[in-house]
Amino acid sequence: MAAPVIDTLAGERVRKSAPAPRNRGRFSVHFAHYKWLYLLLLPGVVYFAVFRYAPMYGVSIAFKDYVPFLGVNGSPWVGFRNFEDFFANPDFPRLLGNTLILAFLNLGVAFPLTIVLALLLNEVRLSILKRTVQTLVYIPHFLSWTIVASLSFLLFALDIGPLFQLLNTVMGTNIDFLSDPAWFRPLIVLQEIWKNTGWGTIIFLAALATVDQDQYEAAIIDGAGRFRRVWHITLPAIRSTIIVMLILAIGQMLNTGFEQIYLMTNALNREVADVFDTYVYFVGITQGAYSYSTAVGLFKSLVGIVLIFGTNWLAKRFNQSGLF
Amino acid sequence: MKIHNTRGGRIFDAVNYVFLSLIGIITLLPFVYVFAGSFATEAEITRRAFFVWPEQFTLGSYEYIFATPAFVRALVTTILVTAVGTLVQLAFTVTMAYPLAKKTLRGRNVILSLVVFAMVFSGGMIPTFLLVKDLGLLNSYWALILPAAINPFSLIIIKNFFQELPAELEESAKMDGATEIGILWRILLPLSKPVLATFALFYAVGIWNDFMSPLLYLSDNSKWTLQMYLRQVTAASDLLGTGNVDPNYIPPEQGIKFAVIVVATLPILIFYPFLQKHFAKGMLIGSVKG
Repeated sequence: MAAPVIDTLAGERVRKSAPAPRNRGRFSVHFAHYKWLYLLLLPGVVYFAVFRYAPMYGVSIAFKDYVPFLGVNGSPWVGFRNFEDFFANPDFPRLLGNTLILAFLNLGVAFPLTIVLALLLNEVRLSILKRTVQTLVYIPHFLSWTIVASLSFLLFALDIGPLFQLLNTVMGTNIDFLSDPAWFRPLIVLQEIWKNTGWGTIIFLAALATVDQDQYEAAIIDGAGRFRRVWHITLPAIRSTIIVMLILAIGQMLNTGFEQIYLMTNALNREVADVFDTYVYFVGITQGAYSYSTAVGLFKSLVGIVLIFGTNWLAKRFNQSGLF
Repeated sequence: MKIHNTRGGRIFDAVNYVFLSLIGIITLLPFVYVFAGSFATEAEITRRAFFVWPEQFTLGSYEYIFATPAFVRALVTTILVTAVGTLVQLAFTVTMAYPLAKKTLRGRNVILSLVVFAMVFSGGMIPTFLLVKDLGLLNSYWALILPAAINPFSLIIIKNFFQELPAELEESAKMDGATEIGILWRILLPLSKPVLATFALFYAVGIWNDFMSPLLYLSDNSKWTLQMYLRQVTAASDLLGTGNVDPNYIPPEQGIKFAVIVVATLPILIFYPFLQKHFAKGMLIGSVKG
C-alpha cells in the first residue's frame, strides 16, 4: 500500500513487475563492468543495513523479555505481554491524553497561525518589508531546542525574567510559569509558534505564488473586497496544499518532539509533561526497561502510520486530492 | 498589473504592515535581550526587567566562560565533531548517491525502495540505543555521527541531481580511460559544489544542534557537547527528577547563561544567510507535490 509513496519520493517511477524486455546477460559480467560503482555503493549499503535495518529487526524485543546478556536473538519471546502491561498501566491513559492534547493544541493553534501568517505576508506588496519579515521569522527554525528552552528559562526566570514580570504584572498574579503544570502546555505551544510558524509559511507562500492573478482582477471588477478575494480565490487555490500539510501534521501527531518536551520537563510538571517519546526515554534508558519501552515506541509508530493513511483516505473520500 | 486600491484596502495594508513588522521584531527580541544581557553586569540583569542595551558594558561573562575548562572543552569538541561529522556524512551520502544515479545498475531499484522504506519506518529510540551500545560506541563521538550518516531525503535529492547531469560528460571521460571513482571525484563533484555545500550545511546544523544523541550516548560529562553544556548551565535549577545533571552542580549567575547562549547561537546566525537561501529551496524540493 506504500508503493505510490515510493514512486513519488524516489523522484521517478520504480519498476515493480515485469523485468526489462532487453536481454540483461550474466550478472558476473555486469558486476565486473560496474565493480567500481558497487564498491562506492558499499559504505552506504552497510550504513543502511547496520543503522537503519538492524534497529528495525531490534524492534522484535518488543515481543520479548530482553536481557542484555542474551542479546536480541537469545532473549525469550513473551508475545504481547509488554503491550498488555502498557495498556493496563495507569500511565497509558495519562500519556495518551497528554500527547493528544499537545497535538491538538499544535494543530488547532500553530497550524492555522502558519496559514494566517502566510496570507498576511502574501498581501504585502512592499517587497523589502516582505523579505525583511520573512528573514526575521525564519531564524528561530535553525536554532536547537536547547537554545529555545534556555531562552524560555531566562525569559520566564522566577522574579527576574522579563516575561515573568510582564505577564504577572498584567494579570496581577505571581505565577512561576516554568514549574506550574497549568502553564506547561501554553509554554510548549508558544515555543512551537515562535520556532516554526515563520518557517512553515514557506510551503504556503510557494503555493500562493502560483495563484492566477487574472482571477483577482476579475473579482475586483465584480466588486469583491480584500477579504472576499482571500476567501473565494486565495484559500480555495491553496486548499490542496493545506490538506497535504494537514495530513502530514496528523501523521506526526504522536511525535510531540522529544527534545522540546524533555527539555521543558521537571519534577513539578511531570504529570502533564510526560508524552510517549519522553516516557520511552525515561522508562527505557534511565530505568532499563528495554522491551517494555520498545513496545511503547512501536505502538506509537503504528498509530502514526494508521493516522496518516486514515487521514489520506478521508481526504480522498471528501473528493480532495490526498497525499498519495 | 496595478491593483486598484480602495480606502479600506489602504487601511488594511497599513495595519498589516505594522502588524507584520511587530511580529518580526517580537521574534527577534529574545536574542536582542540575551545579547545585551551577555554584556551587562549581574546587578543590571537582576534590576532591570528588560533592556536591549546595557547601561554598563562588561566582558566579564565571556571572560568567565572562556576561563572555564568545561565550557572550552565542550565548545572545541562540538566544533571538531561538527567538522568531522559533516565530512563523513557527506562522503557517505555522495558515494551512495552516485551509483544509484546509474539507471542500468542492477539491484538499484531494490536499494532505492529500501532507502524510502527507511524514511517511513524506523526502529526507534531504544533499538537504536541498544545497537549503538552493542557496537561499543557509547561515550564515543562516532555515536553522534554514524547513526545519522545518511539522510535519506538528502541522498535522493543528490541522486536526482547526479542523474540530471549530462551523460556526455562521463562518456568522454571514460574514453580517456577514467574510472568511475575518477569521474565522480574529478568531474561530478566540482560540478556539484553548490548542491554539496547545501547538504554540508544541512548536516552541520544537524550535528551542531543535536541534543538527543549526546543525551543518549554520552553519559561521561567530560565528553559533553555544547548543547549538553548549555542545558546544564541554563536548566540546572529546574531539573529535579530527570536525573542527568550533576546534583552537586551550582547554577551560575544569569550573565554566564546569557553568554553561553550567545556562543551556541552565533555560528547558526553567521551561516544564516546561506541557510535561509538553500534550506528554503530544499524544503520545497522535498515536500511540494507537482
